[in-house]
Amino acid sequence: MRQMSWFNVTSLTLGFAFLYLPMLILMIFSFNESKLVTVWAGFSTKWYVELINNRAFLDAAWVTLKVAFISSTLATVLGTMAAIVMVRAGRFRGRTLFSGMIYAPMVMPEVITGLSLLLLFISLGMDRGVFTIVLAHTTFSMCYVSVVVSSRLVSFDQSLEEAALDLGSTPFEAFRLVTLPIIAPSVVSGWLLAFTLSLDDLVIASFTSGPSATTLPMKIWSSVRLGVSPEINALSTIMILVVAVGVVTASLINKRNVLRQRREEAAAAKLA
Amino acid sequence: MALDAFAPWEDPTAKPLIQFQNVTKRFGDFTAIDTLNIDIFEREFFALLGPSGCGKTTMMRMLAGFETPTEGSILLAGQDIAPVPPNKRAVNMMFQSYALFPHLSIWENIAFGLRRDRLPKDQIAARVEEMLRLTRLEKFASRKPHQISGGQRQRVALARSLAKAPKLLLLDEPLGALDKKLRQETQFELMDIQEKTGTTFVIVTHDQEEAMTVASRVAVMDHGQIIQVATPDVIYEAPNSTYVADFIGEVNLITGKADPKGDALHMHWAEAQPAIVGAPLEGAQAGQELHYAIRPEKVSISAEKPTDAANAVQGKVLDIAYLGNISTYHVELAGGQIIKAQAANSRRISRRAFTWEDDVWLSWTATAGVFLER
Repeated sequence: MRQMSWFNVTSLTLGFAFLYLPMLILMIFSFNESKLVTVWAGFSTKWYVELINNRAFLDAAWVTLKVAFISSTLATVLGTMAAIVMVRAGRFRGRTLFSGMIYAPMVMPEVITGLSLLLLFISLGMDRGVFTIVLAHTTFSMCYVSVVVSSRLVSFDQSLEEAALDLGSTPFEAFRLVTLPIIAPSVVSGWLLAFTLSLDDLVIASFTSGPSATTLPMKIWSSVRLGVSPEINALSTIMILVVAVGVVTASLINKRNVLRQRREEAAAAKLA
Repeated sequence: MALDAFAPWEDPTAKPLIQFQNVTKRFGDFTAIDTLNIDIFEREFFALLGPSGCGKTTMMRMLAGFETPTEGSILLAGQDIAPVPPNKRAVNMMFQSYALFPHLSIWENIAFGLRRDRLPKDQIAARVEEMLRLTRLEKFASRKPHQISGGQRQRVALARSLAKAPKLLLLDEPLGALDKKLRQETQFELMDIQEKTGTTFVIVTHDQEEAMTVASRVAVMDHGQIIQVATPDVIYEAPNSTYVADFIGEVNLITGKADPKGDALHMHWAEAQPAIVGAPLEGAQAGQELHYAIRPEKVSISAEKPTDAANAVQGKVLDIAYLGNISTYHVELAGGQIIKAQAANSRRISRRAFTWEDDVWLSWTATAGVFLER
């Protein structure tokens, strides 16, 4: 390997430090014996034990997971449908307006999305809670799903679907047996994106939740306002680990697929 | 009945499998197919030939059910198929891109259509094995499409579209992606399979050689209309227009004025040249503008004036295209007209009789060429 210049080493170190030092400090202090966040008093896992016994945090975590799972699933179904319409329907009156409207929530300030949803729920007289957060998260994350899925659909060879029809599939069978398996990776990554977006959303959830439902980011935010406790550090460390494991797994699966495909293509090239 | 006497289009009692009746297809302002009528018979290998944009693919997509005619009707075995969706038609298509399902194995690709018919498992397996044998793909059954070569993919596409034993098989530029040698081999394979299965094939191609090789009849298309439908030899020897003559193979086209003389037709085409003598054209009036089409291989080239030829003209060799087995001589006549003549290279090139700037005589018989009105 080539020797890196001292300049490169320095900028690399500084860059990574800037990105990861805050998280590292947070993780270290989650094992602090002391109740004071900034003073090190020896190693301990007691804050993790306390966290497990904290009913409020566990409830919030459960609400968050529920909301993230349901809203990302709904967003994936709706976003995929929207992507198919946008890619397949061809030209029709108001197409540009329609596609613009699908993507608009991505650039809309979250405060405005949250506020408008809150006003809608109030005017409809809906009780705010898990259900309204799910609706809110579905609306804002479905546009992300539709962006991810439509970028795959653009390069999808439509004669594959025609071939399926030609061989006797109903249009629904053609979608289920041919289109969906082929675009599945992008649908899955759309779902993951929606899931993470929902997991860490604070603003929209704050607007649309009611007294019965508090998500984890909301809970953390409200406890921090009373002062940072080592318990929060422990909770954050767990979240960081969960996300890291997820990201690493996803990239490993992806890498394995790429390698396998390359191997098979090489084998095919040898045959030809 | 001998095998080569297959000609249901000449039998007035034969029932066509496919009938296009005044079919017009418009996309917005663009007319892709213009009041088209045609009959295609069972067991035919029918080629639609034309330049890109002539409407041949649109015709095929209408047969498959991906497009519906704007006007007119398409009958399959006497039934109007306009309201039948593609998945309910006894018609299968082999796509230009092959459209193999990348996530399924070769075996599953071929079984796809059979499974949609909810056939029992053992019947599906038997049929798939049969198709694999027919296309010599037994060894590749468990591979995925990207693990086989282009020629093998093409055979998988054929096997998949034949698996359901369709009444009609549509082939959209099926050999376009193959190199020349493989293409020629595959053409014969296609003909062989067509004969074995007895399926009616309709092939779309822009390659005139391919159409001539495989087809029982060829339809030459231009701008959404069929210009001529005939067997390959009639298309070649007796084209009905300069468009067809020019589209298929090489041809010399000469324009002149008609002069009917008894049972022959003469055509005056240049001041200093003798009239061209040929077989009469029905309805040709004296003085009418005519075209004369003659294939280069029907023109002989000689140093001396031939004594017994119906047509003989003198010129100078302008250019020689050496193709190995034959040479094409471009000969310029006195009036500036250039005539191409082909001669087989029966001797080695160093002993060639003619070279550049040589004065030569070109001659052909009275039946070698055809007069055309348009």
